Amino acid sequence: MAELDTSGGGKKGGKIRSKKASTRIDLTAMVDLAFLLITFFIMATTLAKPKAMDTIWPDKTVKDKQLPVPESRTMTVLLGSNDKLEWFVGEPGKTAPTIDNFGKTGIRKALIENSKKIEATHAGPDNYMIVLVKAGDKAKYKDFVNMLDELGITGIKSYGVVDITPAETAQLKKDNLD
Amino acid sequence: MSRIKIPRKSTAIDMTAMCDVAFLLLTFFILTAKLKQEDPLQVDTPAATTKQLFPDLDVATITVGKGKIFFSVEGTDIRKAVLEQMGKKYGQTFTPEEMLKFSVLPTFGVPMAQLKQFINLNEEQRKAYVQPGIQVDTTNNSELYNWIHESRIADASLHNKSLRFAIKGDAREEYPVVKKVIDVLQKQAVNKFSLITSLKDSK
Repeated sequence: MAELDTSGGGKKGGKIRSKKASTRIDLTAMVDLAFLLITFFIMATTLAKPKAMDTIWPDKTVKDKQLPVPESRTMTVLLGSNDKLEWFVGEPGKTAPTIDNFGKTGIRKALIENSKKIEATHAGPDNYMIVLVKAGDKAKYKDFVNMLDELGITGIKSYGVVDITPAETAQLKKDNLD
Repeated sequence: MSRIKIPRKSTAIDMTAMCDVAFLLLTFFILTAKLKQEDPLQVDTPAATTKQLFPDLDVATITVGKGKIFFSVEGTDIRKAVLEQMGKKYGQTFTPEEMLKFSVLPTFGVPMAQLKQFINLNEEQRKAYVQPGIQVDTTNNSELYNWIHESRIADASLHNKSLRFAIKGDAREEYPVVKKVIDVLQKQAVNKFSLITSLKDSK
């Protein structure tokens, strides 16, 4: 007990002693405070840890043959400015690109729908969709991370980050996204 | 007949042991909490749904923001070794004192020509110093290329591990600047690296 013996050891002599106050302290408030701080530190340490998105890129130092890819299975996503993007399926220039935005109803829906469509119209086993991500000069890093995240969420098996071509830059410019 | 009276016990509980435990835990958490290091560049990382944690050891971080590039590598022993190797490469010698100062420096973005001067600044002056960022270009001899290269060598020789790389980019940074860093990494056949993000739920 956090208490000291203050009884004073019986009556002795005739001196009148003033009664000593108990030294017992109420520790409840102190414990409350300690636990509050503990909670704070637990929260602060786990929340502050940054997350890492692992990315694996093709080896550029080794020049190997690229696999031929049917263009009807590719979906190209162009990242533009103002958090907007354009996407089209197939060869560039043949189909008009759709201007879309990020998020659940935007690119995610498009990715899922196109993936299903391509899988339905092509014969297996290699009938998965290939997504090419091309970031324009005015694209923000946030958009790029968002796009990779969306690809992860939708579970697209095969995708790559490719340099943008001048024709595609012109397309973005035409749609005021550059 | 009189009832037997049960003596009422006091409701006060002895808090001493609880207090001891609480403070013990508090001390533990304070000591293990990693102090937030002050970055010379405030970076607002983009949000993503990845839940993978960022490793603490054998990792080098390249911070990109406001068009500038900053570099940091974990571990004081590795930092010392990297500085020595970089000094050799650029014809500079650093005293043991300067190496010690450099080893506790978190993130920096100073060109090699000004590094010696920067290391010798005190805490206050360092805060006021506007760091211009590390020079980068498309050749195999830019300063960023060499920092990355020397860190990999130092980590492999001291810890016998392959150094991991992480890019901490500002959400509003334009992609071409980040692309420059990615190109430098890919030139050294570092094809696996992480992008640092903050957590968001997949709505």
